[in-house]
Amino acid sequence: MMLRGYIVPGKPLPLLAPEKHPAWAELRAGFDRAREEIKASGADLLLLYSTSWINVIGHQIQADPAPEWVHVDADFHDFGTMPYKFRMDPDFAKACETAARARGLHARTVAYQGFPLDSGVIQALKLLDPENRIPACVLGCNMYADRAETIVWGKAAAEAVAATGRKAVAVAISAFSNRVFPKRIDPKDDRLYSAKDDEWNRKILEMLGEGRLEDVSQVARDFAQQAHGEQRGKAFWWLAATLGQHNGYDGTVHAYGPLWGSGGAVVGLVPNPAKDLSREFDEGDVQTFAGDRGVLSGGAVPEPAAPVAMSQEARAQGAIRTTAAPKPVGAYPHARREGDLIFVSGIGPRQAGTDAIPGGAIKDAEGRPRDYDAAAQTRAVIENIRTILEAAGSSLDKVVDCQCFLIDMARDFAAFNAVYAEYFTGIQATRTTVEVRALPTPIAVEMKVIAKA
Amino acid sequence: MSQQQGKIVAGILAPHPPHLVYAENPPQNEPRSEGGWEGLRWGYERLRKKLAETDYDVLVVHSPHWKTRTGNHVLSVPKLSGLSVDPIFPNLFRYHFELEVDVDLARGIVDEGRAAGLEMVPMENPAFRVDYGTIISCHLVNPDWTKPIVAISSNSSYFDYSNEVGEAEMQKLGEATVKAIEKSGKRAVLLASNSLSHRHFTSEPELPEDMSKEHIYHHGQYLWDMKVIRLMKEGRTRELTDLMPDFIDQALSECRDGCLSWMLAALGHPTYAAEVYAYGTVIGTGNAVVGWHPASAEVKA
Repeated sequence: MMLRGYIVPGKPLPLLAPEKHPAWAELRAGFDRAREEIKASGADLLLLYSTSWINVIGHQIQADPAPEWVHVDADFHDFGTMPYKFRMDPDFAKACETAARARGLHARTVAYQGFPLDSGVIQALKLLDPENRIPACVLGCNMYADRAETIVWGKAAAEAVAATGRKAVAVAISAFSNRVFPKRIDPKDDRLYSAKDDEWNRKILEMLGEGRLEDVSQVARDFAQQAHGEQRGKAFWWLAATLGQHNGYDGTVHAYGPLWGSGGAVVGLVPNPAKDLSREFDEGDVQTFAGDRGVLSGGAVPEPAAPVAMSQEARAQGAIRTTAAPKPVGAYPHARREGDLIFVSGIGPRQAGTDAIPGGAIKDAEGRPRDYDAAAQTRAVIENIRTILEAAGSSLDKVVDCQCFLIDMARDFAAFNAVYAEYFTGIQATRTTVEVRALPTPIAVEMKVIAKA
Repeated sequence: MSQQQGKIVAGILAPHPPHLVYAENPPQNEPRSEGGWEGLRWGYERLRKKLAETDYDVLVVHSPHWKTRTGNHVLSVPKLSGLSVDPIFPNLFRYHFELEVDVDLARGIVDEGRAAGLEMVPMENPAFRVDYGTIISCHLVNPDWTKPIVAISSNSSYFDYSNEVGEAEMQKLGEATVKAIEKSGKRAVLLASNSLSHRHFTSEPELPEDMSKEHIYHHGQYLWDMKVIRLMKEGRTRELTDLMPDFIDQALSECRDGCLSWMLAALGHPTYAAEVYAYGTVIGTGNAVVGWHPASAEVKA
């Protein structure tokens, strides 16, 4: 699950020289505050997207388990070196590659000694997790990717988090306004390049402080054009897609200030289901990437790599299966479409690929009852349903009816109900909850839903 | 006795696709070469033969992959070594380099640039990793690394303004470079590490050298590349410079990074014919290996 998200600056001045300007020191302190929050969050994955790691061929994912180097910034080489040794999560990197390919993206992992991590990634990891407590994964930024492709990239990352059962903190590394002084300045003279850039930054920060990440994503293109946003505002698109595309966050602006004329900010966003999740898509909410020009396939626009691995016959019959969800335990698909509705089969918490049960099985191999976490199971169930609906071209917010099955109502209902509320308060689907004596696998929670296509 | 005046003895448009190097660097790369992009390789072979007949002291290279935004930076430490890994094609290019920098000339370029009003920054950190554009262009021109180099960054702060601003600044930088070379007494070969049209494919075939998949990204790019090459062959480089802002926009040209404009300015916008050694596409981008050889032009005249 995605625990929280951050936006942090990439220019490495808070790491290299915080003492040279009060704003650089304040940004460093903002990193420190974010670090404490991350430490307390229980995260087991730092998921980074860097607008300074420019990709050309598709999307790259850092998978070297222990990258180590002494880095020197291309511009700020006179501010010192950045030696690093980090701990990465290559298994997650692989899962992210799989999820991205299933959504039609050209993606690949890279694991090479000496591969050049960029200054922004190095700063983020050194300041947010200096002890390397939490494994990380770094995703690149394709220079040609538009809003749709970047959103699909973010959704693939979120899908991989759900599929692997990670508890992730997403970190988008990017400047806000990105016009810099085109010369060497005395650091103490640093300021925002223009009042216009400053005003735009403050407007975006005001929205983020209110937790309106999806709204920021919607206006990112305009912001980037007006304030020279880094990589056309892709960081906002990616982060919004990764965290769930809504406005229901508690936002905190930890720090804001100039970095050689650009706008740097450390902003935290924590999902808050009790808040208004309203969102309004000015453009289509894209699920898969269909290729840009089909240049490698003779000019034809390629069929997107199917997020649902299904036969043509099954497709014709409306059946929907996806490798990103746990395998069915019988002769039924994950879902099927009839008219404008998606009918999802009863779905449990098992994880795709491994069949691991978040929160633990309800009994051991000998059939003896064991303690389990009903809340964790419920969360995994809902994430599996989200994955299936998105594979079907729908989404969790389009659910209109839920049927919920618990094996122990007295023990588990409260925990189940609390997690359910996190996801469905803003959706307001109808619901039926019943106790059943057993489910086919050693799980405590199962749900089936009907959603609009 | 006064020192002899230095001069530019050649200017080379020397693009840097890593695809041209990995065949020559097999122990460090994954795929085995099957002979892709041979046309461009043959062009570089002919160029190397030409340069073998040329007496020169130093390579001065302007690279689009050392991107700076706080001025024009110049390598200014005597020796640099390390491992260069292409961030786009790490499977194709991992290269151990060890090079010497002509620090005196580097400082001269910094000084002349400053005198011309440019923001010039010497790079003096010995742990600095030289960008892969510089490494590739220098390798393709001089694979034994027998000459010292001076490397100049691409100042992308100009992107915040307009192509015309960038072109004007490159004119100044080229003029500053030739002044520094003249004062140094050195015989210099300039390398502009640019491709021409520069829209890439965003996906790739399984086999890196599947030439059935290689072609220009779109026909408009090809027309622009041919127009630019024709102007070079006809000695119309002033006209080419005038067209550069349009070429950059319409063909997404890597010349936006300023390497070619800097070199043409340093060469004084030659009116003699350039030698076109090769043209070919790499992942959809247009690449030409082109040389300006003043001595050959004088002989022909």
